[in-house]
Amino acid sequence: MEIIKAVKLCFDYMKYGEDDSKVERVRAIDDVTLDIKKGDFIAILGHNGSGKSTLAKHMNALLVPTEGTMWVDEIDTAGEEEIWKIRQKAGMVFQNPDNQIIGTVVEEDVGFGPENIGVPTDEIWARVDDSLTKVGMLKHRKKSPNRLSGGQKQRVAIAGVIAMRPECIVMDEPTAMLDPTGRRDVLRTVHELNDKLGITVILITHYMEEVIDADHVFVMDSGHVVMQGTPREIFSEVDKLKKYRLDVPQVTELAYELKKSGVDIPAGILTREELVEALV
Amino acid sequence: MRNITIGQYYPADSILHKLDPRVKFLGTLVFIVSLFLIKGLAGYVFVTVVLATLVKLSKVPFGMMLKGMKAIIFILIITVIFNMLFTPGEAIFTIWRLSVTKEGAVQAFRMAIRLSYLIIGSSIMTLTTTPNQLTDAMENLFSPLKVIKVPVHEISMMMSIALRFIPILMEETDKIMKAQIARGADFESGNLIKRVTNMIPLLVPLFVSAFQRANDLAMAMEARCYHGGEGRTQMKPLRYEKRDYIAYILMLAFAAAAVCFCIFGGGWI
Repeated sequence: MEIIKAVKLCFDYMKYGEDDSKVERVRAIDDVTLDIKKGDFIAILGHNGSGKSTLAKHMNALLVPTEGTMWVDEIDTAGEEEIWKIRQKAGMVFQNPDNQIIGTVVEEDVGFGPENIGVPTDEIWARVDDSLTKVGMLKHRKKSPNRLSGGQKQRVAIAGVIAMRPECIVMDEPTAMLDPTGRRDVLRTVHELNDKLGITVILITHYMEEVIDADHVFVMDSGHVVMQGTPREIFSEVDKLKKYRLDVPQVTELAYELKKSGVDIPAGILTREELVEALV
Repeated sequence: MRNITIGQYYPADSILHKLDPRVKFLGTLVFIVSLFLIKGLAGYVFVTVVLATLVKLSKVPFGMMLKGMKAIIFILIITVIFNMLFTPGEAIFTIWRLSVTKEGAVQAFRMAIRLSYLIIGSSIMTLTTTPNQLTDAMENLFSPLKVIKVPVHEISMMMSIALRFIPILMEETDKIMKAQIARGADFESGNLIKRVTNMIPLLVPLFVSAFQRANDLAMAMEARCYHGGEGRTQMKPLRYEKRDYIAYILMLAFAAAAVCFCIFGGGWI
C-alpha cells in the first residue's frame, strides 16, 4: 500500500526582480509521478536546485501543488481541513539542527509536537521517554539543546517527530551540517527506526554513501524524476549520474573504471567487500 | 557580550528549581519592589541575608550570577558617580566645582546595592527556571487579559523563542565579528559615529541570518503541527504543590517585613 503518492505533480514559484516588479514563473517541480510504499527506505538524490527539497515540503503539506495531486496516506494534501492529520502522519526533519528545535530543554522540545496535536499530559511523558530511548538520547533529556553536538541535536529532532507517532519521516538533508560521527549516528538511528518500527523513511541527500542501503532511489534533476530504481541499478549507470552532476561512491567509481578498461567485474558494485570479492 | 545570564538556565536539583514558576515570577517581583522600599541598615542586612539564603538554596554557583553583573557594570558605575556628585547636601570634599556630598554617598551606596541585588535576584529566577516554564507562568498569570483580546499565548511563545535564540545569535555575532575582523574590519577604534558605522558589516549579516532562522523555525513549527494555542495540551502543566503554598507564605512574610522596614527603617542609610 502506498503511503505517499504523487500524480503529475507540478509546482511553480514566483521570482521577483530587484525592483519587485519583474515577475517570473519558475517551475521547481515538473510532472513528477511517484509511489512510495509503506515501510520502505527511500532516498531522493539530486544536486542543489534540483527540486528535491520542494518535493519534500509537499509530502508534509508545507507546500501545495500548483498542478497535479499529492496523497499522504490517501489524504489529498490540497484539502485544508486535514492538514494537521497529514503533518502528524508525515513528520519532517530539516537540515539545520539549530533552526528546528523550539524547546530550551531536550525533553520539552520532544514534547512540542504532541502538545500541538492535543495529546493528554501523561501520554506526552510516555511518548517523550519512549522517543528519546529510541534515538538513544534519554540520558541527555534535561540538557539544553545548545550543549549538544550537531548529530545529537538532529537525533533530538528525530525524537520530536517520532513522538507524534508518524507513519513516515521525511528528512531534508539531515546530515548536511554534521561531522562524520554525527552523520553516522543519525543514519544508524534512522535505519533502526525503519527496520524495527517499520516507519517509512524518505531521505533527501546528496551524499551517495547514505543511499547504498536504501530500498529504492529517486534521482531528481531540474524538477524531474530522471532515474529511479534500486541503489544497484542507479549506481551501475555512472555516466548518467555524472551528467546530473552527482558523484558515485568511490568504490563504485573505481569498479566502473576497472570495468571500462577491460577487467571482468559485474556492474553496480556498492561496497568495498563486493569489489574485493569480484576481483579475487 | 556572551556573558549575559538572562535566559541561561542552569540545571541543578534544588528546591528553587522545583518551585512553580509562577511563585518564582511573583516572588521576583515582590523582591524587586521590596528592594526599593527598604530603608535603614537593618533592612539591608535583612535583604542580604534573604538573598544569600536564596543563592545557597538554588545550588547555582555564585559566579554564574556575578557574570550577569558584568553586563550592567557601566550602568552601575554611572549611577554611582551621578548620585555622588549631583545629590545636594552637606559636602564631604570638593574637587574643582564638583563636590561629593554625604547624602550623595549614601544615595550612591543605596543605588549600587539595589541594582546589584536586582540583577542577582532576577538571575536566580532565570537560572533556576527554564525560559519555557517562565513563559508558561506568564501566560498563566496574564491569561485573564485574553478577555480584552490580548494574544497572551502568542506573546509568550514569541518570548520563549526569543530566549532560546539569544545564545545562538550571540554565538553567531561572535562568529561574524571574527570573520569580519579577519577581513580587516575594525570594531575597536575611532570615535562614536565611526564605531557605529563600523558595526554595519556586523549587523547586516546578523539580520539576514536571523530572518533566515526565523523562516526555518516557522516552517519547522508548522511541520510539527503548531497552530496557535487552540486545542493545545501541555507537557508540563502548572500545578501548585505544598511547597509552593509554603513559598507564598514566606513571600508574604518577606513583603510584610519589607513594608515594616520601609515605615520604621531610617537612620543614616
